[in-house]
Amino acid sequence: MTRKSDWAFRAYLVIFLLYMLLPLVVMGGAAFNDSRFPSVYPWQGFTLNWFVELWNDPRLLASFRNTLLVALAVMALAVPIGTAAAIVVNSLGGWARSSLYSLMVAPILTPGAVIGISTLLFWNKLSVPAGLHLSVLGQVSYIAAFVMLLVLARLQSFDRSLEEAALDLGASHATVLRRILLPHLYPALGAGAAIAFFQSIENFNVTLFTRGPYDTMTVYVFSKVRSGITPTINALAVILIGVTLVGAIFYEIHRRKKQAEEDAAARIAALAEAAEAV
Amino acid sequence: MSDLLRRYGTTMTTLICLLTGFWLIILVILPNLYLFENSFRPYLPVAEMGGPKDVYSFNNYMTFFESPIHISVFLWTVAYSALVTALCFFFAYPLAYFLSKKVSARSLPTLFLVLTIPLWVSEIMRSFAWFIILSLKGPLNFLLMSVDIIDKPIRWMTGFRSVMIGLIYTYVLFMLFPIYNAIQSLDTNQIEAAEDLGAPWWRIHWRVILPHAKPGIASGSVMVFMLSAGSILVPSLLASTNSRWFTEIIQQWIFESLDWNTGSAYAFLLLILCTVFVTVVMRVFRVKLSDIAK
Repeated sequence: MTRKSDWAFRAYLVIFLLYMLLPLVVMGGAAFNDSRFPSVYPWQGFTLNWFVELWNDPRLLASFRNTLLVALAVMALAVPIGTAAAIVVNSLGGWARSSLYSLMVAPILTPGAVIGISTLLFWNKLSVPAGLHLSVLGQVSYIAAFVMLLVLARLQSFDRSLEEAALDLGASHATVLRRILLPHLYPALGAGAAIAFFQSIENFNVTLFTRGPYDTMTVYVFSKVRSGITPTINALAVILIGVTLVGAIFYEIHRRKKQAEEDAAARIAALAEAAEAV
Repeated sequence: MSDLLRRYGTTMTTLICLLTGFWLIILVILPNLYLFENSFRPYLPVAEMGGPKDVYSFNNYMTFFESPIHISVFLWTVAYSALVTALCFFFAYPLAYFLSKKVSARSLPTLFLVLTIPLWVSEIMRSFAWFIILSLKGPLNFLLMSVDIIDKPIRWMTGFRSVMIGLIYTYVLFMLFPIYNAIQSLDTNQIEAAEDLGAPWWRIHWRVILPHAKPGIASGSVMVFMLSAGSILVPSLLASTNSRWFTEIIQQWIFESLDWNTGSAYAFLLLILCTVFVTVVMRVFRVKLSDIAK
C-alpha cells in the first residue's frame, strides 16, 4: 500500500526468483565438477567428461527417442479428442453440460498413479500387454482435458451466426467446419498441442506403471538416480536447461520486437490523430 | 445434439461424438470401474482365476485397515500434503498479489517467463537438484557453516522435512498462477476505494482481495494437494527410511509383490482421498468445479 511495503514486496520477489533458479544453477554446476558424486562442493576441477559419458549412453538415446514418439502420439490423439469434447460440451446446456464437464475435468484431478494403474489393469484384462502404447492412452486420458479447457475457452468468443450464415449461403458441413470453426480455434489448437507435447515429456507417474519394458527419459533418469547416481544426470539437466533458456530467450526477443512494433504503431496513430486535430 | 447435427452434418457429428465417447468411456470410465471391481477380488495365480476362490470380498481393503503401518503412512501423507498445500499458499499469495497489482504490465511477461523456467525443466530434475543441495556434504551445509550459523553439518534428509522442501519447490508455481489469475480480474478501484475509506491493509486483504481470489485459491489448493499426495518422484528421491509416502506402498504392491488387486485397493483409497479433498475445498470455498478448472 505504501512505498515501504512495495520495497518489501520487491525484495520478496527477488528472493523467490533466486529460490526458483538457484537450485538449477547448483545442479548445472555439478555437471562440470570432476567428482564421482554429483555435487558442487568440494570443487575438484572442471571437466566435460560427464557430457561425453552421456553421449556414449545408448539407453539414454533410446529413451529420448521413446519420449519424443510418445509425446507426438499423445499430441496427435489429445488435440482432436479435446477439440471434439469441447464442441460437444459447448453444444449442450444446463444439467447435461455441467455433468459432462465435471466428468471431463475429473482426470486432471486424479493422481497420475491411479490413472497409470487403472490403464494398466484395464488393457491387461483385454490382453493388451504393457508398453508405450498404454503410456500414450493413459496420458491422453488427462491431457485431452487440458486441450478441452483451452478450446472451450476459445469457443466462448466464437460468433455462431457465422456458421449459420455460411450454411444459408450453401456451404457444406465440412466446409463450415474447415473454413469457419477451425480457423477461429487455431490459437487454442496450437496452445493445446504445445501443452500436450510438454505435459507428455514431463510425465512420470502414468508412464511408470504403463511402460512395460520400455524407458522414457523421465523413467530412465529415475532408474539412474536409484541405481547409482553419477553426474551424467546433471549433464543431461544442463542440456535441458540450455534448451529451455534458448527457447525462452528467442521467445522474449520475439515478444519485445512485437511490443516495439505495437508501440511504434500506437505512436504513429497518436501523431496522426494530433495532426488531424490541428 | 440436434444443434450439432444441423451445423456439422451426420458424418462430422458422428466423428465428434465417437472421439468424445472414446475418451470418456474407453480411457476414463471403464479403466476406473475396472480398477474398482478389481480391488474387491483376491490375488490368485492365473490358473485359479475365475475359479471357486475368485469371489468378491473386502479383504484387500482389510489388509489396509489391519496394518497400523500402512494407516499411519496414509495419515502422514494426508497431513504433510495438507501442510505443503498451506505453506505453498502462504508463499504464493503475497507474490501473486504483488505481480497482479503492483508490477508494471511491461515487465510481467519477462517475469513470468523466468518463473516458468523450472517448470520446463522436468519434475525429476527439480527434485534431484534438492537431493544435491540437501546432501550431508552439500552446498547448503557448506554455506551455513561458512557463515557460522551452524557448526556441524545438519542431516537434512531425515523425517519429512526434505520431502516437504522438495514438494514445495516443485509445486508452489501451481498455487501461484491460479491465484494470480484470480486477483488479476479484481478491479483495482475496489482496493483504492477501501484505502480511501480508511481500511487498514490487512482488512483490505481479508475483506476485498482474499474473497475475490477464492476460486484461484481453491484451484491451486486442489492441484497442489493432489500432486503432493500422488507424488512418486519427490518422496523416492528425498525421503528417508522414517518417512514413507503412500504412493511408495502402492508401488510395492504393484511392482514388488505383483499383487495388482491389493494395489488397486490402495490406489482406489488414494483416489477417494483426492475426491474427498476436492469436495471439501468446493464446500469450504463455495465454488463450483468450473471455477476450479480454469
